[in-house]
Amino acid sequence: MDTPHLLSIKGLEVRFRTEDGEVTPVRGVTLSVAAGETVALVGESGSGKSVTSLATMGLLPRPAGRVSGGQILFRRRSGEVTDLVTLPLPELRKLRGSEIAMIFQEPMTSLNPVLTVGEQIAESVRLHMGIGHGAALRRAEEMLGLVEIPNARDRIHEYPHQMSGGMRQRVMIALAMSCNPALLIADEPTTALDVTIQAQILALIARLQRDLGMGVLFITHNLGVVAEVADRVTVMYAGQVVETGSVKDIFQAPRHPYTSALLNCLPARARHREDGRRVVQSIPGSVEFVKEGCSFAPRCTLAADICRTGAVTLDDETERSVRCLRWREVLA
Amino acid sequence: MWLKLGQRLVSLMIVMFLVATMVFFLTRLAPGDPAALMLGDQATAEDIAQLRQVYGLDKPILVQFVLWLKEIASGNLGHSIFLQRPVIQAIAERAEPTFFLALFSVTIAALVGIPAGIVSAVWRGRPVDQIVSGLAMLAANIPSFWLGLIFIQLFAVRLGWFPVAGYGEPGAPFVERLAHLALPATVLGIVNSALIVRFTRASLLDVLSDDYVRTARSKGLSEARVVLRHAFGNALVPIVTVVALTAALLVGGAIVTETVFGLPGIGNLVVSAVLRRDYPVIQGALIVVAAVYVLINLLTDIIYTLADPRVRY
Repeated sequence: MDTPHLLSIKGLEVRFRTEDGEVTPVRGVTLSVAAGETVALVGESGSGKSVTSLATMGLLPRPAGRVSGGQILFRRRSGEVTDLVTLPLPELRKLRGSEIAMIFQEPMTSLNPVLTVGEQIAESVRLHMGIGHGAALRRAEEMLGLVEIPNARDRIHEYPHQMSGGMRQRVMIALAMSCNPALLIADEPTTALDVTIQAQILALIARLQRDLGMGVLFITHNLGVVAEVADRVTVMYAGQVVETGSVKDIFQAPRHPYTSALLNCLPARARHREDGRRVVQSIPGSVEFVKEGCSFAPRCTLAADICRTGAVTLDDETERSVRCLRWREVLA
Repeated sequence: MWLKLGQRLVSLMIVMFLVATMVFFLTRLAPGDPAALMLGDQATAEDIAQLRQVYGLDKPILVQFVLWLKEIASGNLGHSIFLQRPVIQAIAERAEPTFFLALFSVTIAALVGIPAGIVSAVWRGRPVDQIVSGLAMLAANIPSFWLGLIFIQLFAVRLGWFPVAGYGEPGAPFVERLAHLALPATVLGIVNSALIVRFTRASLLDVLSDDYVRTARSKGLSEARVVLRHAFGNALVPIVTVVALTAALLVGGAIVTETVFGLPGIGNLVVSAVLRRDYPVIQGALIVVAAVYVLINLLTDIIYTLADPRVRY
């Protein structure tokens, strides 16, 4: 490894025990995030993108979920590279909230309703920065100012229910940023917000990332958002990475039929899609886990016999990779 | 705020009026003529008629009701027939053991029940949860008189650590009176902790899967802090409710336990009043217990606003 990435997930596998037996929602995911870079992790519901992010934080629901394989390598502030999978929980807690922070999808429910927003931010600051209560509250106030909440001095004493959804998501961002994390994991941070607020929040995250030089792993199903925020994109389908590339590669020259299908769902593209061909069949939701061949084959209009039997691997592990046997033919 | 409090007090008055109405008419529904019962078999019709006049029982029932309401509204609960003293005095004499028994029982029940419920929820499905839940089930189903008798046999008779029964000699020092409450309070504490364990466990489990608990973990907080500050703080309202309910029930007099331990409390007073058909005492005690009940409810509502900033009256 020459210049180690900030975050480098290799062959991650996550299993969940359910009433119907064990399922594997994440099957060998490999992706990386460099410092100062935004990587979008894209996929439909159930593709394993949120599970991947929770596994990185060590927040898989216990005892049902566990990491059953692979590595999550993280470069700490000290320069040391640690595998978060094997890191003991007390050590992982020291990283959570300080070097790795997370923003969740639901601003309405992600903040504690019985504590003031100031207390919630200050709690994290006191823990990781080892400063007193008063100083931590001042830091909370400063953070609310940073995420452009007016009257921060008064608002730190407010409870979440006194704020709108957009305000609460700003508070979540302030909370996540309060200890200057090196890596921010944003799990659908704008999905629950209306479009104007969404744009403001995206701009805010982008500005803070520039100013603070964080790496951001941005999880979303919205390709419009991806185009706006991402440097690189990793597309997931059925618990596997199907394509990785720069945002330009992915949008201008997608190689995997699933990526093309996702792009064709964008309203702007749908209008002047030349041949009107549908690539995705059947309704998303219950993704079939295929034992043999390509996971996407049952829904792919371009699938051939070889897709249903052959082993389909990610073609290489570099910056541009695709998991499709026929992408060259199909593209041609 | 003051307006809301005023509205609240008015509605409490209405509740108390309804309670008084029910107490009065239910007592009147009971078979038998109080005057005849008081005078016994030997009484003549004239004697009974005279006594009915003394107690105002010859007047139409609605007139009696209005007169009685006037009396209790001015704080006069009437005069006990059997005890030869005002009802309010009879109740006051019996209030101390009941009050302290309720206070200690609830304290023990909460101190046992809440931590046990937390442990049970945090280690859900593990052996410790199964043990705690099993014990809670057992405690909920133990008859308090049986546990009381076992405790007397073991701790009072065999080990001699605590007095067997009663509330000490009249005028005994306060500490000695309290020593008489140790066993009954422990019995009631154990029996009543069962419900608190189950409520605490259920309401904590409910919030442990909430999003803000995950947020708290993502901040790097210790599991103890996540559970005690973030989850427990949100699970508090149902727990406060069940503790307050337990307190209110115990103030009404733990009749069985008071009887087993020979405690001269409210429960004991009501039982003997019923046996003697001492209607003014029954009515007065019910009114007082209902008033305490209502006050505990008011207090609970105030605690809600402290426990959850979203609750406003």
